[in-house]
Amino acid sequence: MLSNCRSFIRTLPIIPVAAVIWIALTASAAIEVRESRKPNADTNLDNGLAAWQKVYSVLTSPRCINCHTATNYPQQADDRHRHFANVIRGPEGKGVPGLNCISCHQSANADSTGVPGGNNWHLAPLSMRWQDANDRPLSSAVVCRAVTNRSKNNNLGGPALLKHHEEEPLVLWAWNPGRRPDGSMRTLPPLSHAEFVAATRTWVEAGTPCPPAK
Amino acid sequence: METYQLNVNGQRKQVKVDPSTPLLWVLREELKMTGTKYGCGISACGACTVHVDGIATRSCVVPVSLIGDRPIVTIEAIAADPVGRAVQDAWVDKDVVQCGYCQSGQIMSAVALLKATPRPTDTNIEESMGGNLCRCATYVRIREAIKSASQQLK
Repeated sequence: MLSNCRSFIRTLPIIPVAAVIWIALTASAAIEVRESRKPNADTNLDNGLAAWQKVYSVLTSPRCINCHTATNYPQQADDRHRHFANVIRGPEGKGVPGLNCISCHQSANADSTGVPGGNNWHLAPLSMRWQDANDRPLSSAVVCRAVTNRSKNNNLGGPALLKHHEEEPLVLWAWNPGRRPDGSMRTLPPLSHAEFVAATRTWVEAGTPCPPAK
Repeated sequence: METYQLNVNGQRKQVKVDPSTPLLWVLREELKMTGTKYGCGISACGACTVHVDGIATRSCVVPVSLIGDRPIVTIEAIAADPVGRAVQDAWVDKDVVQCGYCQSGQIMSAVALLKATPRPTDTNIEESMGGNLCRCATYVRIREAIKSASQQLK
């Protein structure tokens, strides 16, 4: 009994030291975990937001935004002027009888006459307008919220948005826009299609984050 | 040069032309159907309007290679259609035409309008006919004639 007490007393100084070491180790581990998780989450969000800005740069380029108007007419050309010949939106975004989009825009580009074309040429619905009524592009935050709002975007979730950007014929047309009537090539969006899809994928994988509304 | 089999006014027509040739010039130069007019060549005036698969189409900007099997109806055959007949009769009754150059295109657009919208409002008429220009400014009579045809078709 006595020897046991002596042995215990001999080990007493070790206990606080061990405790300090244990506390220090666990605390540092906790800090490490906290620091490693938080930056990863932040990095994922930052990457997602950066990717969205790339996506936004394409959506607001003339090849895309010219048919995402808030008005009753489409736009044309890089200066995004009002479509000529009194073309109007019509009830379904396809023009009106006698003056439909497909009255001129066929299933493919007509380079000999300078008229662009693609499958089912039409305006985006007003719920997908990316401009205000004065033809100014909406902010990145506003467009992002519209694009991710399933009540406005034909009920597309993240994967479906990615598929839309990858495969939709009128989206693909932006990278094959054909020639202008003067024979020169139309301007392409600021990213290649592969870069656009990669940015969309990064954004979707980050949970389709949107910039804060101002 | 490529050979195309076109369905024009219910008849098969074979033409051998450059694929980029606008339908307008196939009709006028190859098939000698000169009722469809050349106005601006950039789809801005509507004088070249024909129906392709029932859609009023600006033939001056549509290459023949993009027509495919879709049926084409021109002003030469529009009277065979009840709506077309009513529109032509109304055009005569209201004495719409002055110089007449744009009128085949006007009639083709008016027929497309009435087929889709049998009772058009003034707004419907303005929107649908807004791409058809008339240097003689026959717009008021065009509107009267469309409404008259609409009444005839009741």
